[in-house]
Amino acid sequence: MALATSFGPGVLGRLDGSVKRSGAVTRRNISALRSAYWLVVISGFFEPLLYLLSIGVGVGGLVNKMALPDGRLVDYAVFVAPSMLASSAMSGALAETTFNFFGKMKFMKLYDGVLATPVRPMEVALGELTWAMIRGSLYSAAFLVIMVVMGLTSAGWALLAFPASLLVGLSFGGLGMALSTFLTSWQDFDVLGTLQFALFLFSGTFAPVSSYPEAVRLLIEATPLYHAVELIRGLTTGSPHPVLIGHAAYLVVMGILGLAVAGRRMGRLLLK
Amino acid sequence: MSPFRRPRPAPDQVTGPVGATGGAQAPDAPMIHARGLVKRFGDFTAVNGIDVDVARGESFGFLGPNGAGKSSTMRMIGCVSQPTGGVLRILGMDPRRQGTGIRARLGVCPQQDSLDPELSVKENLVSYARFFGIPRRVAKAKADELLEFVQLTERADSKVEPLSGGMKRRLTIARALVNDPDIVLLDEPTTGLDPQARHLVWERLFRLKQQGVTLVLTTHYMDEAEQLCDRLVVMDGGKIVAEDSPRALIERYSTREVVELRFGAASLEDMAGKLAGLGERIEVLPDRILLYAFDGDEAAEAVTGRGLTPSGTLVRRSTLEDVFLHLTGRTLVD
Repeated sequence: MALATSFGPGVLGRLDGSVKRSGAVTRRNISALRSAYWLVVISGFFEPLLYLLSIGVGVGGLVNKMALPDGRLVDYAVFVAPSMLASSAMSGALAETTFNFFGKMKFMKLYDGVLATPVRPMEVALGELTWAMIRGSLYSAAFLVIMVVMGLTSAGWALLAFPASLLVGLSFGGLGMALSTFLTSWQDFDVLGTLQFALFLFSGTFAPVSSYPEAVRLLIEATPLYHAVELIRGLTTGSPHPVLIGHAAYLVVMGILGLAVAGRRMGRLLLK
Repeated sequence: MSPFRRPRPAPDQVTGPVGATGGAQAPDAPMIHARGLVKRFGDFTAVNGIDVDVARGESFGFLGPNGAGKSSTMRMIGCVSQPTGGVLRILGMDPRRQGTGIRARLGVCPQQDSLDPELSVKENLVSYARFFGIPRRVAKAKADELLEFVQLTERADSKVEPLSGGMKRRLTIARALVNDPDIVLLDEPTTGLDPQARHLVWERLFRLKQQGVTLVLTTHYMDEAEQLCDRLVVMDGGKIVAEDSPRALIERYSTREVVELRFGAASLEDMAGKLAGLGERIEVLPDRILLYAFDGDEAAEAVTGRGLTPSGTLVRRSTLEDVFLHLTGRTLVD
């Protein structure tokens, strides 16, 4: 009997059930788009575009050509555009997995209902992360199209940068969800917002990290957006380098760790 | 039109690959079986070693004041809270290892509505059904059926927010039925509802009971327990202090009738002294005296026979409330 129980449904069967349940969590968000939530989703597209136009193109007109690591000189907009792509992948994923996830967990009490069904905490985390990725991928795709049209990258490199931007979303989504389980009030989001803005400003986004003092540079190189920006810039500027694998690995580890922490913590918080 | 199939098959079609042992359960085995069940939160013991058996098709109640351990017990049965100690089997399965399989066959109506404010009334049901792996097409048909059952068909496309408390509760009950559950858990199903809304909920729950669904509910309304429960336990301080059918509990812990006596501004303690010897038992409440007797009218006459003139006399049948007062030694404080 015990054997039949443990092996009867099979590992694949279990996995299938798990994937379906995560999928149902993702699908719930698509149903929710019919509410005012779609406005929130659309707005995420404009932010990086406005930055690109104002700073990349506007301020870029006043700035000299930038030197890439491989020595090539490019327009400032070419240098800034991948930063905006990485930042928007980050902020899209964080918006979904911090503000919205926290709201659903603590304020709407949504998961109290969900966890009374066969769905497990980790499946909720996976389902929400998948949704954050879908949302982020739409922004990234649209932004990459704009970059190609503006001549800031080539179509081929844009195709490679797209999965990289998904990885950035996955990574920050995992981080955001894990952070959310530690937040207790809406006030905590102010702190989070400030940290996020600091990352946005200093992660080699608007100026190369080599222009900072040594200590600051080391600090920045330990933070996640730096690796996201470097990975994506390496691709959109057409300068692949083995170092990019290191940046990607950093993001993979952060995503997996975040997801694992989030699943565990959700179980602890909601299944007392 | 019944939204439920009878007799209930083992609903493996909605459970997916988990819970394979559930179908192997003997037909007369208890749906819920607990021995020495304990739940502790740090130093606080919410549930202190209770024994419970709930049979198939039974309507079972946990009665008790706030903090008695009812909700903690319900959360353990619902497999969203791990027991700290003791034995717990639900549908023959172990919640520690087979939580997913058990939850697939439960319907849960929590104390606080956890409806999805971003979805319509109908989408709330469809989306919830998807968590059980029910295909969307089937879920939509089921949602229509259930909205009919809880009389919310006209609000199908409405948002959840504008619904009244009673409507939200009915929607939550409908949501608890999307997977054709073997057991429906209802945690204080009518708390906070106005009398009309309460009666509508009771009526729907009674229909479920008639259809043979196993109902497990908590309440601190005595009339609710009398209406809905075949059998109940009274909990106090995490322990079970009595267990039986409502009728049998009333017979054992109360008398057939109760006379409620009011004496205006007079000292009730003094009056109680003068009533000594009448009926089987006398209880002094802050505002009235309860005189427990087999024949209430006879007892009331004996009161006036002693020359006492109550400002108000009410002879009524004994209720669970009287049992409750007797067992827990206090009035309900919410």
